[in-house]
Amino acid sequence: MTDVQTRREWLLSDTPASRGQARWGQSYRTWLGLKSNSLAMVGLWIVVVLILLAIFAPVLAPFDPLEGIGGLRGARLEPPSWAHPFGTDDLSRDILSRVLYGSRLTLLVVLLVAVIATPIGLAVGTAAGYFGGWVDVVLMRITDIFMAFPRLILALAFASALGPGIENAIIAIAITAWPPYARLARAETLTIRDTDYINAIRLQGASPLRILLGHVTPLCLSSAVVRVTLDMAGIILIAAGLGFLGLGAQPPQPEWGAMIAGGRRFIIDQWWVATMPGLAIFIVALGFNLLGDGLRDVLDPKGRK
Amino acid sequence: MTDLGSSQSEGRASALLAFLWKAIKLLATIAVTFLGLLLVTFLISHVIAVDPVLAVVGDRASQATYDKMFIEMGLDRPLYEQFFIYVEKVLSGDFGKSFLTKKYVIDDIARAFPATLELATLAIIIGTAFGVPLGIISAVKAGKPIDQIVRIIGLIGYSAPIFWLGLLGLLVFYAKLDWISGPGRIDIAYEYSISPGTGMLLVDSALQGQWEAFGNAFSHIILPASLLGYNAMAYISRMTRSFMLTELAQEYVTTARVKGVPEWRIIWVHALRNAAVPLVTVIAFSYGGLLEGSVLTETVFAWPGLGLYLTNSLQVADMNAVLGGTLVIGAIFVGLNLLSDLLYNVLDPRVRRRGGKP
Repeated sequence: MTDVQTRREWLLSDTPASRGQARWGQSYRTWLGLKSNSLAMVGLWIVVVLILLAIFAPVLAPFDPLEGIGGLRGARLEPPSWAHPFGTDDLSRDILSRVLYGSRLTLLVVLLVAVIATPIGLAVGTAAGYFGGWVDVVLMRITDIFMAFPRLILALAFASALGPGIENAIIAIAITAWPPYARLARAETLTIRDTDYINAIRLQGASPLRILLGHVTPLCLSSAVVRVTLDMAGIILIAAGLGFLGLGAQPPQPEWGAMIAGGRRFIIDQWWVATMPGLAIFIVALGFNLLGDGLRDVLDPKGRK
Repeated sequence: MTDLGSSQSEGRASALLAFLWKAIKLLATIAVTFLGLLLVTFLISHVIAVDPVLAVVGDRASQATYDKMFIEMGLDRPLYEQFFIYVEKVLSGDFGKSFLTKKYVIDDIARAFPATLELATLAIIIGTAFGVPLGIISAVKAGKPIDQIVRIIGLIGYSAPIFWLGLLGLLVFYAKLDWISGPGRIDIAYEYSISPGTGMLLVDSALQGQWEAFGNAFSHIILPASLLGYNAMAYISRMTRSFMLTELAQEYVTTARVKGVPEWRIIWVHALRNAAVPLVTVIAFSYGGLLEGSVLTETVFAWPGLGLYLTNSLQVADMNAVLGGTLVIGAIFVGLNLLSDLLYNVLDPRVRRRGGKP
């Protein structure tokens, strides 16, 4: 008990003794704020469950996601039952199993988009902010131009030029996702650029590249990560939209958007084929939105009321 | 007297200069942005696309046909030259021909556009009509259960894939309850009874007094417009809430309360009027966002607008049509963002004065 008490005190100390303690304390305060927001906790749980389902999909899924049960016509379009809680689709595949495996694709898309778009945004933003002048004007103009298209439309155009497929969909979404991160990173760099410690490093003879990568980018990273978390629901919806239009993952891959497109023909009589994967997208997007909303409240004291 | 007069005219002249300078800067921004849009679509079609020639001639064309097309499309020239040709073409309204419809892309777009405009306009009306009151209520009752409910309603709007909601809506309201008509803009029976005018069926039929056709068109548009409107509502109500919270914390609200102004008047007249300025820009902005939602909505509801045209072209990799549609939507989007900026300048007296007198 006392151990817990002291750990808590150590974390919440007003006079941290080390950088590590300050950083942990900061995270702990964010966590406390988040924990007091019940909607955000619901969101966090949804996301955690999604990750667990994706990891354990092979264990949890009762059937093969790609093979029909008893051949193509064995159990075609069966309504939800104990054996198939989400029903089966037109190729006799168990929809629950497909939805479970689909969570892997969804997570893959979200993670890869984050991994591709964040560095691009950081590189463009920090360079524009640090160098200023013409570099700034040119880079920010490019950023504005990318922001001038509605995201889904631009992603559609890229995906259709690159050809259908989940890799290309990921690239297309990443290309449309980076501009807000660049803006954010630029704004942060502008506040850091002329601080004493950056000047000190510069006087020591560090190259601009070293300053940007080693000293500016790490400081911009945390807010970029938060911003990506806020964007994840949007990324999931755009990926689902691309899948629905046939530009994302290709059949027979169990991508949720593509599954809805596949069930579209049967919506009147076999409603479950399109409804179940849609429900999955909805719940996951809601989870990320709730979590993001809570995070924004905690991290932005101005918005708190 | 004369002194005052001259200083006034001097002020007016400098205000005019400032205005002109602003206008020039604005025009330059528009030009650069539009050129950027062109550059992006150019890069997509000429650089990223795997083989633009193959998309036109098909994979069964002979090598001779392929080579002929390659030169006809100007692909043998250097890239910058290709870009100039492309810009020149687009500026003269030539997006090339769609090989799906065999018509000029610009004509196809002109034909499809009114359908999208009609859908998006009704949607923004619905979104504003619900979003603003909901936002006001949740600002007034901030932290109370009603605020949380509005917040959740909004988050659901942000989270549900619109094409999925569309399918469910068709299932429930069309197939099961039979309250509305199915996909498409109007029943075939009425299709030719409305003579073409604005191209917006609701407007045309109302102007021509064809109320039966109007009712039919309305029963087709109401579900897709409501779904799109729901999406807009989520954003509008959230922004309304935050603007109203800012206004309600101002001192003039306290003053009004002290003076004994009834609370409803403070909220709906005093605070809302001040919140209205940024709100108008938000609404203009979300009007542009509807273009995005319309692509998926139109696909689900077989709504013959720009979005459906775009997705139909996507299915067959009809790049001329895809890029024409992308460019037009991008241009409209830029235009609407600009409009929302301008509206802000026109409506907010503080910004207006600052801009007018340097």
